[in-house]
Amino acid sequence: MEALFSLVIGVLTASGIYLLLRGRTFPVIVGLALLSYAVNLFLFSTGGLNTHAAAVIGDSITPADPLPQALVLTAIVIGFAMTAFVVILAIRARSELGSDHVDGQQGEAGDSR
Amino acid sequence: MSQHLMILPILVPLIGALVLLLPTRAGDPAQRRLSVGLCVAQLLVGGWLFAQAAGGELIFYALGNWQAPFGIVLMLDRLSALMLLLTAVLALGCVMFACAGDDTRGSHFHGLFQLQLVGLNGAFLTGDLFNLFVFFEILLLASYALLMHGGGKERVGAGLHYVILNLAGSALFLVALGVLYGATGTLNMADMARRLGAMTGDQTALVTAGALLLVVVFSLKAALLPLYFWLPRTYSAAPAPVAALFAIMTKVGLYAILRVQSLIFVDTPAAEAITTWLWWSGLATIALAGIGVLAARDLRPLIAYLVLVSVGTLLAGKSLGSTEAVTALLYYLPHTTLVCGALYLIAELIGQQRGKAGTRLVRARRLHQRQLLGGLFLVSAVAVAGLPPLAGALGKLLMMQAAEGVARLWFWPLLLLAGLCALIALSRAGSVFFWASYKGEVAAGRVSRAQLAGVLWLLATAPLLVGFSGPLSSYTLATAEQLADPATKITRLFGEEAMPATSLALGREEETP
Repeated sequence: MEALFSLVIGVLTASGIYLLLRGRTFPVIVGLALLSYAVNLFLFSTGGLNTHAAAVIGDSITPADPLPQALVLTAIVIGFAMTAFVVILAIRARSELGSDHVDGQQGEAGDSR
Repeated sequence: MSQHLMILPILVPLIGALVLLLPTRAGDPAQRRLSVGLCVAQLLVGGWLFAQAAGGELIFYALGNWQAPFGIVLMLDRLSALMLLLTAVLALGCVMFACAGDDTRGSHFHGLFQLQLVGLNGAFLTGDLFNLFVFFEILLLASYALLMHGGGKERVGAGLHYVILNLAGSALFLVALGVLYGATGTLNMADMARRLGAMTGDQTALVTAGALLLVVVFSLKAALLPLYFWLPRTYSAAPAPVAALFAIMTKVGLYAILRVQSLIFVDTPAAEAITTWLWWSGLATIALAGIGVLAARDLRPLIAYLVLVSVGTLLAGKSLGSTEAVTALLYYLPHTTLVCGALYLIAELIGQQRGKAGTRLVRARRLHQRQLLGGLFLVSAVAVAGLPPLAGALGKLLMMQAAEGVARLWFWPLLLLAGLCALIALSRAGSVFFWASYKGEVAAGRVSRAQLAGVLWLLATAPLLVGFSGPLSSYTLATAEQLADPATKITRLFGEEAMPATSLALGREEETP
């Protein structure tokens, strides 16, 4: 499970960073979303990966650490709000700058399409 | 009752912001009065907490009375009290300036401004790493909206970069927190410091990675060399009162670095790596920002590069490591923050009276109130370049004295050359604005009283900081000594016997054999 879990986080992070470096606002936002998913999964795993472990003492023999779950919840809420904000911002930038390129204009030839 | 006063710097702007966000017509005088009143209230509370902390007492406040490692604690020491007071002083000047009309260019200026103060004050007070993240997010969210206050092409373009960069930074922050939590099992700063003492082997490597990631995030906020390219454009695009408030945003990064390094990662291998990195990138920041100051063709980017020079100076000074160096940088910090804030406000006033030319360094029509603006510009230029008789010179002198041995060889020339660059660039800017622009009709628009009050409030601190340099430097010396002694904080929070790491309820020692 650990290997699968870390592979998932790794792939999500890599795709997120790749998209983050693109030239258009839409891929950048998708990249940020993927990155935040990867981060949330990572945070979730910091309490240790257990199965059949509830975060309630007495419910199972080895209770799971409840704190990472609280942290992930906070991070998800903040990430959600930020994604909404940056989507609106990108639309606004598209209308103000007349292009959805992150620099507000088409770059050199061979730039990301 | 009085122990609850400590949370007021967070609660006052938070509740005030909620009231201010109620819909009213733009430029409602009641709203402006309330906003200024809130800033005055924060100034009073800040002053009171400053007086409390000056005695050397550490004050902890357990939120909801949840005790230390389990709940979130707020911690007030001399450093946080100094930063709180500085924020309040700067904010009052900015709000007074904004009341002259900048607040009507978009919606909810005052509410957002107070929310930004919630984030700043909270970040300075909190004693918990995850809580620090939350307050960082609050101040960033407010700053995104404030940056784009009034809209326009330039602001939206700069804002998009700023937002995306900071979102990536936040993701990195969370990764760092996850690594540190995974390794230590706590997020409370003092508790983490205590547990690091008893840590060996693989865990130490994890902690080092987490610590360095944290410093990368804080360097992004503080705008250190490889991570500062967002700053000049963002600060130049921001409306003047917001840009002036942003002068403290870079100092939040510096504060966070100072806090985590002096409290948590004291004797860990991470500390050494952090110091080395900060030293070289601080020096490189001074050098490049000095060139940027000379190359700027507009007053606003010029001031942004001056902010960067001060960031580089402070962080390089910080990595000198000695108590004298920390004393000196804490003495220099309020001065440079307030003066950079004042310069942004003055730049706005100059731009207002030059019509289309704005703050670009070109000849334009004659200024309406050239004596007044010229005088203000002169004082602030002298202050920011670090010339005597103002506090900048003293701060730089103290910092140069703190550098010893080989460090001197790098630090002295760079610091002095950056000062020279600032001097040249500002005298050139001043000549263009006040001497070379003498033709043409005078444009309408005088400096309003509110604007003048805001600028004078910030500029008046420069001579005050010199006048009270004795008490202030003894205060910063005491602050540096307090920072150099993290053990007191830990014993104060957890009691005497707590110093050797004890396994607490959900101790990870049992989980991982």
